[in-house]
Amino acid sequence: MSNRLTWSAVAFALTLGLTSGVDLARAQGTIKIAYTDPLSGPFAQVGDQNLQQFKYIIDWINGRGGAIGRKFELVAFDNKSQPSDALLALKSATDQNMPIIMQCSGSNIAAALIEAVDKHNERNPDNRIVYVNCGAVATELTNEKCSYWHFRMDAHVGMKAETMVRALPKDVTKVYLLNQDYLFGQSVQRDVKAFITKLRPDVKVVGDELIPLGKVKDFSPYTTKIKASGAQALLTGNWGPDMTLLIKAGMDSGLDVRYYTMYAHLGGGATAIGPGGNGKVRSVMPFHENIAVETGKTDTEGWTKQFRTTHNFDFYAAGFRTIFEFIQAAMNKAKSSDPAKFAQALEGLTITDMLGHQVTMRKDDHQILSEYFVGVFTKGVKYDSEGTGLGWKTEVTVPAKDLDQPNTCKMKRPA
Amino acid sequence: MSESLLDTAARPVTAARAGGLLRRHWAWLAALAIALALPWLLFDWTRARHSGFGVAMLSQMGMMIIFALSYNMQMGHAGLLSFGHAVFFGLGGYCTAHLLNTIKAGGFWLPVELVPLVGGLGGLAFAIVFGYVATKQRATAFAMITLGIGELVTSCALMFKSFFGGESGVSTNRVVGTSLFGLNYGPSIQVYYLIIAWTVIALALMRLLTETPLGRMANACRDNFERAQFVGYDPRMVRFFQFALSGFFAGIAGGLYALTYEIVTFDTVAGGMSANALLMTYIGGVGTFAGPVVGAILIVLLQSWVSLLSNSWLVYVGVLFILMVTFAPGGIAGLVLMHQPISRRGRMGRLAVPYARLVGPSLFVVVGFVLLIELCSFLTIGASQGKTFTLAGATIHPKSAVPWAIGALLLGGGGLWLWREGRRARSAWDAVMEEIKAAAARP
Amino acid sequence: MEVLLVSLLNGLVYGMLLFMLASGLTLIFSMMGVLNFAHASVYMLGAYFAYEVSRHVGFWPALVVAPVLCGAIGALIEMYGLRRVHKNGHIAELLFTFGLAFIIDKGVQMAWGLLPVAYRVPPVLDRPLFTIYGTNFHAYRGFMLLISALMFCAIWLMLTRTRLGLVIQAALTHPEMVGALGHNVPRVFTTVFAGGSALAGLAGVIGGNYLVTEPSMAFTMGPIVFVVVVFGGLGSLAGCFIASLIMGFVQTFAVVFDVSLANVLALVGITVTEASPFGEVLTIPLPRIGALLPYVMLVLILLFKPRGLLGTRDT
Repeated sequence: MSNRLTWSAVAFALTLGLTSGVDLARAQGTIKIAYTDPLSGPFAQVGDQNLQQFKYIIDWINGRGGAIGRKFELVAFDNKSQPSDALLALKSATDQNMPIIMQCSGSNIAAALIEAVDKHNERNPDNRIVYVNCGAVATELTNEKCSYWHFRMDAHVGMKAETMVRALPKDVTKVYLLNQDYLFGQSVQRDVKAFITKLRPDVKVVGDELIPLGKVKDFSPYTTKIKASGAQALLTGNWGPDMTLLIKAGMDSGLDVRYYTMYAHLGGGATAIGPGGNGKVRSVMPFHENIAVETGKTDTEGWTKQFRTTHNFDFYAAGFRTIFEFIQAAMNKAKSSDPAKFAQALEGLTITDMLGHQVTMRKDDHQILSEYFVGVFTKGVKYDSEGTGLGWKTEVTVPAKDLDQPNTCKMKRPA
Repeated sequence: MSESLLDTAARPVTAARAGGLLRRHWAWLAALAIALALPWLLFDWTRARHSGFGVAMLSQMGMMIIFALSYNMQMGHAGLLSFGHAVFFGLGGYCTAHLLNTIKAGGFWLPVELVPLVGGLGGLAFAIVFGYVATKQRATAFAMITLGIGELVTSCALMFKSFFGGESGVSTNRVVGTSLFGLNYGPSIQVYYLIIAWTVIALALMRLLTETPLGRMANACRDNFERAQFVGYDPRMVRFFQFALSGFFAGIAGGLYALTYEIVTFDTVAGGMSANALLMTYIGGVGTFAGPVVGAILIVLLQSWVSLLSNSWLVYVGVLFILMVTFAPGGIAGLVLMHQPISRRGRMGRLAVPYARLVGPSLFVVVGFVLLIELCSFLTIGASQGKTFTLAGATIHPKSAVPWAIGALLLGGGGLWLWREGRRARSAWDAVMEEIKAAAARP
Repeated sequence: MEVLLVSLLNGLVYGMLLFMLASGLTLIFSMMGVLNFAHASVYMLGAYFAYEVSRHVGFWPALVVAPVLCGAIGALIEMYGLRRVHKNGHIAELLFTFGLAFIIDKGVQMAWGLLPVAYRVPPVLDRPLFTIYGTNFHAYRGFMLLISALMFCAIWLMLTRTRLGLVIQAALTHPEMVGALGHNVPRVFTTVFAGGSALAGLAGVIGGNYLVTEPSMAFTMGPIVFVVVVFGGLGSLAGCFIASLIMGFVQTFAVVFDVSLANVLALVGITVTEASPFGEVLTIPLPRIGALLPYVMLVLILLFKPRGLLGTRDT
């Protein structure tokens, strides 16, 4: 019967497809780093821009010898914002014995990866892999969910919240909180309130809102409430349209507040906010292109400037260079790219980053400790953002030792 | 429906009939044998271990087969288009994850082999609750209600931490030490075989369901619900039962998801997963039982494998979908089954040459289209990702006119050629069908 | 009192934006029974076309050019796509537009990149129009109100006063009869589909610089527009108008009233805290779920009045 035809066709196609296989064989001798982020779908810009910035950084690191005499190579996997695809990427990486998997976007994916890496390393002690987290910021990942094989290379929510509170000027005494209603936004809400109580007891929280993620298009009712509350500053962890629409609505209605955000400096933020945000919008960030100008670091400045000539967006993630400098230093110290060995060298390591600051990888929870900055979006800076004529200028620098927060990690170390 | 379905009306089971059963369903058995053997084809002999990626992809296929078949219970068998089917998949997954955590903490004993059943029961429970509301309507109103329910559940999954675990979801560990066969389910190959077992069971159950009175009445309500009412059945209850049972099987798939990935997050209930079900079922073929199976395998291949090769895989899916909807609404399985009367009368050979002549131009059209899409993509997105467009070792530069010209030529020229050959194949087809009709009309 | 007035104004503006987007879809849906999933994608195309035109020529020409382009695209889709699929049934048409949405979304990504583009409000409108209780009312929002009101009047007049409009109205409720009477129904279909797409394009021109113009804007705006159309009902433009305003007001006022189910229960003497069973659900304040209320309303109306608010036909 013709089911026969169907099934012959299926079997043939399947065998053909699978046995031609995912042949990602690369040159011998390079240290392969798997990188997974959304490269298609609604969040594709995140992965795409990260890839370009990574490539530039890796070229530079390889130009300085790579690590243990070998060059780095980034192998990208699209995870389409789904944990199951990220886990597939992990399987692909371990199939090829890659020592590192890196991921920057999405705490839900990060949580899945931490658990999967732990289980894999436990069940396959001869083929381990290290998970380098370049941007998933949920605090639990280095507290309740902490793992020996996970290293976080960006400040977590608690540290960002503290930076935000520390940046509030003395004359601001009334603040309004508005965040997205899911784990990340709820953490921001909780941590900001905790740090206000601890560091700035004179500040009063006059409003505290949670909005459903990505659903609100019209923020004018919220700006009405903010205005009515008399707040002088709006603190938000929102990202994407939730952030840009909020700021636009505020500016349109003439709201006279300072906007403190965590993500306005990422790709697309400056364009969406526009020149109207001059002097009003602030963002908590690990790096911006004008810091090197302000501190006189000319070679770093030259390096980031070179990026701008060959790419059409800002080098907002230049700070990723610190990640590779850490990996390079750890592998050189351990004289090996074997995960068990260089993970041991990596924890507790301190290096000097490209801005001249001391950066440490904390041993008890594998969280990076580094300076953090609050920049204000303003005119009159040397490097502007996305052609808007405005750029970021440092308003407040918070030293690393101030961000050395306690942690609740009970790390299980391998034997 | 195919003849084999009608054949299985009430006839006593004899030894001869059992042998006949084997012969009739040999295609399914062959597929099972291939499924069991595939991981060994992909075995990495140099490192003496299974291909993690391969086994993971095969496991995903198994899960998606059950999911797509459960969706077809609504769409193909009952005529209910749903935009929120992933809700039962995800909720079944969440239930399973919580159950596994309870087993691990010692609060409950259940062998791991039966854990997906609990996922199924969870899916069933939620399907009863939501289905009571949704099945009050049919057709477009039903579709819109399911869309609304899907959006609501997705938002709730993000907001409520106690059951859904918020953004990082509910994580679990499948190595809980309770097993009927003494396996610990640490290695993914063991989970794969468990998935195969459940796929076979679910498939058999769903197939049996199509031959029960409920299954038949669902078909009747799909075709003409007014007439079904005259027969005496309440279409609303038929829809409701069909919906609930389809939620049961979706929940089983969700349970297998929880076992495989050991974490369940909100994207398992979101619109993207529901859209997946729709795509798989429709591309595979709604009118047949085997269609969704084919569709599930194809879509998983596209999503997991093609997406590694190209960022434009979504375009290919979209185009494939549109082509299916326009020219082959029966899906791939439908296309194949169209040839059933011809093959049965042994005249397939007549079509061999016309079809063979279609291969060349089709290849040109496909290659030309892919080339143009990839060039477009590399011009704006891909090139800046630092990737160079390499085909068989040669680098292709999107900025030069040559590859564009080649692509346009292939697409245009191939398209014209395909048109001509298509007409020829069409007339060959018509001729064969005429012959068959004439032969059948003869006494 | 001031909160009420300001919220009324806010709700009105948002509701009219929804109407601009939903009006085209309701015409298409009522006329052809096709739930056009690609409608939000055409809206996105309108915004991007307007961006390109305003970059090279200006905003005011874009107001005309972009909708015309979108209308042309709609006509092409209908003539070469939907017409072929029509014989396979409503579901096939719906799925066709579904696949089309995928392709248009990806096409936009490939053509304009993945980041938001700098499509801005024209400087002449970028100022406060008046101040009410200390809050500025932006001039562009007034412009949006004006355009959407004009749109409504124009559609109303066309439907009730012109010959084509009368044919369309008839076809909205009795398509087979209209065909039997000898009108060129396929041409009417194409006109309506092109018109609906042009309206979506206009909504994109107006909304694109007010909101953010980026590749995922279709994905985010899509669902709420369907809710409005289905809620308003098939075959009724007035229903769509009322539904848009209702949705606008509901979402706006939900933000203002800070109550939760726990507060309501407290009125009858039951105290609920976070720790009580279902506490998490019962203590949710209204503002947190404001944007979800349209979906709840959709489910409710489909249960009790499946024709929608003012619908004249079954789906």
